[in-house]
Amino acid sequence: MRRQRREDKEESSYRDNTAKLRSLYPGTTLFDALVKEVDTPEVKKELYAKGFTHLLIQIGRGSHIPSKSTGEDGALAVDYFTFSSSIAETLRSASLVISHAGSGSIFETLRAGKPLIVAVNEDLMDNHQAELAEELAERKHLFCTRPHMLHRTIADMKIESLIPYLPGDAKPVANLINRFLGFPED
Amino acid sequence: MMEKDKECLLSMLDSKGFTIFITFTITLIVIRVIYVIHRSGKPMRPKTSKPVSTLIVLGSGGHTAEMLNLLSVLQRGRFAPRYYIAAATDNLSLQKARMFENSTNDETGVATAEFMQIYRSREVGQSYISSALTTSIAIAHALWLMIKIRPQVILCNGPGTCFPLCLIAFLFKIVGIKWPFIFYVESIARVKKLSLCGLLLYKLRIADQFYVQWPQLQQKYHRALYVGCLM
Repeated sequence: MRRQRREDKEESSYRDNTAKLRSLYPGTTLFDALVKEVDTPEVKKELYAKGFTHLLIQIGRGSHIPSKSTGEDGALAVDYFTFSSSIAETLRSASLVISHAGSGSIFETLRAGKPLIVAVNEDLMDNHQAELAEELAERKHLFCTRPHMLHRTIADMKIESLIPYLPGDAKPVANLINRFLGFPED
Repeated sequence: MMEKDKECLLSMLDSKGFTIFITFTITLIVIRVIYVIHRSGKPMRPKTSKPVSTLIVLGSGGHTAEMLNLLSVLQRGRFAPRYYIAAATDNLSLQKARMFENSTNDETGVATAEFMQIYRSREVGQSYISSALTTSIAIAHALWLMIKIRPQVILCNGPGTCFPLCLIAFLFKIVGIKWPFIFYVESIARVKKLSLCGLLLYKLRIADQFYVQWPQLQQKYHRALYVGCLM
């Protein structure tokens, strides 16, 4: 009953949402800090307040096991998995993705046209990954945050302020390589 | 008279002659290196449609995805045969490359791709002493692979494994065995700073063409070519 109301609310606030899920996707890298953070009551509360009804977490090789919940009595439904071969499908059914800053995850999500929050791993020594997330956040293609700030970011975010990412093009490089090697122009 | 000459020659060889010989050799090598650097980055092939054997370096952490994205717009018939190399610890990259090769039919219909693994010079967290050993093994392995493949073109975008391969390609140019063209595309993840591998290939002028995906990098590194985002 309550869940139904939630979905209604969500549909009105985000028009083309599938009224569901889904979050987090630490790929093949270990990023327990993010799984732990997503599992906190603060983050779940903010997600629910924003109209999200389901949370699906990819924990990868992580050691933190989130607590599952069926989403009865006015709370977020939480589920998790380790790895999935159908991650592309999962991504398609999501209406929000929370991910680490790996370029693979970032571009897979952006190219799927999904709103994205990137949480930068502060434990990484040479943290060049933050560069990419911050640049794309500056261009308003995603929200960039740190794990401990995640609930604030969710509370403050305005998904409609995001600018869709236009997939890049490898043709200019290909043309330069072809020209350099003396191949005729296409 | 003859005896004296011989003695003179020997003593010269011993001291002065030897020094002159060494100096001469070093000068020759330096001139050759300067020539190679000067010549690099300039196309040497006349207009042609003859295919080039291509070495493609893959790597986890987004490098493989970016590389396959580039390969998808290059004409297969021109870049053949293709040799894919990934680190021995990275099984996923070659798997993805195989899927990529199988997904698109070659114009010629012949299998023109080979897949190889290379030892990594060092894993994260390895000690310095064992790093020295593993690095030498990795370099020897890279040399062996390069002698075997002798590619005309190298395509790489920054996994650590590509540096020894490019360095050996550069040595090939200096020795005159082969003139492999090196194309380096800095990863999209590098916005403000080049990766170590990219920086070395840029500063040592090893890459024939050096591409960056963000304008900030082009402003900092003027010889780089800005090509926009590939992903």
